[in-house]
Amino acid sequence: MALIAILAVPLIAAANSPLLAWRDPVYILAGFAGVMSMGLLLLQPLLAGRVLPGLSPMISRRWHRWVGVTLVAAVLIHVGGLWVTSPPDVVDALFFVSPTPFSAWGVVAMWAAFAAALLGVFRQRFTLRYRVWRLGHTGLATVTIIGSVVHAMLIEGTMEIMTKTALCVLVLSASARTLARLRVWDTRRRS
Amino acid sequence: MTGSSFTRRSLIAGGGAVIVTGLLLPARAAGVAPTPSMRGGSNNYRPGAPIVEQIGGGGFWMTGTVRRAGDGAPLPGQRIQIWAHTTEGHERDPQSHGATLTDANGEFRLEMPQIVPAFGQPHGHLAYDSGEFETVFLRPIMASSKDKTLAAHFVLQPV
Repeated sequence: MALIAILAVPLIAAANSPLLAWRDPVYILAGFAGVMSMGLLLLQPLLAGRVLPGLSPMISRRWHRWVGVTLVAAVLIHVGGLWVTSPPDVVDALFFVSPTPFSAWGVVAMWAAFAAALLGVFRQRFTLRYRVWRLGHTGLATVTIIGSVVHAMLIEGTMEIMTKTALCVLVLSASARTLARLRVWDTRRRS
Repeated sequence: MTGSSFTRRSLIAGGGAVIVTGLLLPARAAGVAPTPSMRGGSNNYRPGAPIVEQIGGGGFWMTGTVRRAGDGAPLPGQRIQIWAHTTEGHERDPQSHGATLTDANGEFRLEMPQIVPAFGQPHGHLAYDSGEFETVFLRPIMASSKDKTLAAHFVLQPV
């Protein structure tokens, strides 16, 4: 219940942004896909760490996959919607020549998220030892999270500043906690 | 000023001025340097925006100056094109674009709708693209999205 509220409040706050009055539906959709992505980034470490009450490890793992797929879709909608709204700004961002510093952070986070998702999808195909694979996946996820938080905090957009900051702090602390709990840096074989 | 006109304070101030001038304006001898185009300045540019009295309903002022590189002389009658994401439209919308001419002092002022943050920053776009001088695209950022005015200055290089 508390988690649903944590995810919903930033969305509700953004829905009350005065900026929405001056934006087309596609631009608004792109913005909300971004806000939702940040919420999904909070769910991912909680599911990976299996700390959500009432969810079995199997259910947590399945949700982690589906939230990951949803996150990739949300990022594609975010970038696609911005592309439709202003193609040259998105091209600049993708080629790292944008005048806005947050763009590069967002683009790096996007590619890291896609790579982390691909590692997830093709885990069986890679002949990596589990803990080595996990270090790769969580390393990419860490880049995604840090990149996304910096990206969001530097933007003056529809997200309300208090709820944005709170959500970013929660994402960072949930991620740090899961990484520490799983001791992801330890790639020795389990004895 | 009465008494000594060469006090310790004036000496320090004068010396400081010489140092600051020397550090900040090393190109003085070569004249006023031309303004380079800014990253992203030409995004959503629509060439040939009409000269207008005002863009849309107004309420916000875009101001600035246009000078010639080298001697820094003000350039009158230069056409500056202006566009932005405002309360009345996106950057790409034709009604968000307009142009104005500099006055005898090389200054321009164009009233336009309030600029609102778009793509993460409250910013405007300006272009000099008339051919007599090198083309320059600027993308100034507002210090606060509540500002009611934004300034941009051009120093143009003759072609």
